[in-house]
Amino acid sequence: MINNLWLHPSLILILGAMALPFFRGVLRKPFLLAIPTLAFAAVLFMPRGTFGVFQFLDWYVTFGRVDNLSLVFAYIMTLMCIIGTLYGLHVENEFEHMAAWFYVAGSLGVIFAADYLVLFLFWEVMAFSSVFLVWFRKREQSLATGYRYLLVHTAGGLALLAGFVLRYQATGGDLSFGPVGVDTPTLSTYLILIGFILNAAVPPFHAWLPDAYGEATVSGAVFMCAFTTKTAVYALARGFAGMDILVPLGVCMALYGVVYAVLENDSRRLLAYHIISQVGYMVAGVGIGTEMAINGACAHAFAHILYKGLLFMGTGSVLYMTGKSKFSELGGLYQKMPLAFLYTLIGGLSISAFPLFSGFVSKSMIVAAGFSEHIYWAAFLLMLASAGTFLHTGLKVPYFIWFGKNNCSAETWEKAADPPWNMQAAMIIASVLCIFIGSYTPYLYNMLPYPVHYEPYTGYHLSETLQILLFTALGFFLFTKKLAPEATISIDLDWFYRMGGRGFLWLARKPIQWADNAVSEAYRYLGLFPLMTTARFWSWFDWHAIDGVVDGVAKVVRGAGGQVRKVQSGQLQYNIFYAVSIVALLVTLYVFSS
Amino acid sequence: MIVKLIDFFRDRLRLVIRLCYGGLALLVAWDALFVDKHHAHTAVEHYPGFWSLFGFVACVLIIFVSKWYGHLGIMTREDYYDK
Repeated sequence: MINNLWLHPSLILILGAMALPFFRGVLRKPFLLAIPTLAFAAVLFMPRGTFGVFQFLDWYVTFGRVDNLSLVFAYIMTLMCIIGTLYGLHVENEFEHMAAWFYVAGSLGVIFAADYLVLFLFWEVMAFSSVFLVWFRKREQSLATGYRYLLVHTAGGLALLAGFVLRYQATGGDLSFGPVGVDTPTLSTYLILIGFILNAAVPPFHAWLPDAYGEATVSGAVFMCAFTTKTAVYALARGFAGMDILVPLGVCMALYGVVYAVLENDSRRLLAYHIISQVGYMVAGVGIGTEMAINGACAHAFAHILYKGLLFMGTGSVLYMTGKSKFSELGGLYQKMPLAFLYTLIGGLSISAFPLFSGFVSKSMIVAAGFSEHIYWAAFLLMLASAGTFLHTGLKVPYFIWFGKNNCSAETWEKAADPPWNMQAAMIIASVLCIFIGSYTPYLYNMLPYPVHYEPYTGYHLSETLQILLFTALGFFLFTKKLAPEATISIDLDWFYRMGGRGFLWLARKPIQWADNAVSEAYRYLGLFPLMTTARFWSWFDWHAIDGVVDGVAKVVRGAGGQVRKVQSGQLQYNIFYAVSIVALLVTLYVFSS
Repeated sequence: MIVKLIDFFRDRLRLVIRLCYGGLALLVAWDALFVDKHHAHTAVEHYPGFWSLFGFVACVLIIFVSKWYGHLGIMTREDYYDK
């Protein structure tokens, strides 16, 4: 049962991360590329089965459940780790690479975990390592953003913990992680669900995502956009397939992200809102729960990791070169950064599900599953959201950065140029994969957990998709002015804890401190004053009464001693005489009195 | 090369726009005349150009509803949280 020959890819990444500081100079870059490649190879040649079973206290914990579902996620995540590390190859700060690898190790750990203990361990590793990717941006606001991210994820982790502890109690000691029984949900089911959907950024638990991803470092955001939400999609697909409530939640997500993406002025925050939208498709797919829908959710997660990584790399290279990410400070850059434009456009066409690009073969599977289960409202609303996807990510992002009104300052314009070779190489790999997945369907379809009976390239599907996309483009160009960037931020549900936190500080500063002062004052008058008075009395009493008594006794004893001294002459025969006379007198008195 | 290509199209913007409109018309015509709608799931999808209308209306709805919502006070000054 215990097979220690099985090498956990997380272990490769964790050991690699710890060894990284020892590889300096010319060895650094080869080492940076070797470790994720090794992890990818470990996944590529991994046999199916159960591995890494250890006894821990009263339980057996399982680190390695390798089946179709876990393999497809592990494959794309280790592949993305190679691409992300290549993209950040120039980063000097070794701790940033270490944080990224620990983060990927956390995701892989969750994906191979077969029980809640291991899952929870790696779940927390993910949160506590990825937060450094925000902190390493080192802006004034990065620290606060990181703490908010951590607080939200800790809360989600606690819900998950409470959920599986309750479940452990209710099932009489079952810790294994599998389908939770969505037909008879209990409190523990909902608590685990909250833990998972918080990481999937399902409203109302989503505001951490644009907050953190917009603030992360250039290469940190490339990692963050790939792992947390997709690990949560995996966990949902494993445990909650067919849970009805996920369909409306997923559709809400898909539309919510679209609405906020219209309002957003920061290109990376716009992409972050679009993650919420895209993960909405996957969550809805898990909610539909048929084999086709679960396949669709996995395929879309796979495609999404690549094209969203590509989009974050494209906008990240603009940020890296110019220091700007807001549309109101960019524009007209196609002459300066043509290649970055090309890669971002490929990412945009992929996310928009253009034929021959990856989204076309993945997203449509979820929508088709919705139609074939006759959940028409959900399918139509997801189609509506896909118009929004093209509108923002395919059109708004490239248009307002590389075309449109030139809002660049002279300094920004001067600095703008295509990024270094390693960033471009990473973007080329991601672009090629996006087109490859979209053009050659068996590559992705053969990896999916269930056999695929779906053909995306039909006349009807082509016509439907092209009509939606191209008429969306028509709408965009007719109303471009309406979408012109505005230098604003949008209030989202993080308002409650950002202002709530401020309210708490106010509460601490004003009423609580006032109450504290009042209690101190009251104590001074009611407590301290009588206490001092009593103390003064006792001090007086001690001084005059007790000392008086003691001194008096001492005086008496001394006086009596003086008198005794006068009586005593010091001669032995007189002493004996007095003593014998007194005894004789006492004896005589006793005899006569009795 | 990419820059030259883009500039080539930008210099002939009117023509490009006309070609795009032509492309849209062709697409609707193709949908109406040749596409096999056997596998459409609902009745409305059989109308010629249904998805064109859907796409355009969706786009306009998203733009206007979102902006309306944003201007209700959701979009605010950038230093809102700094104070």
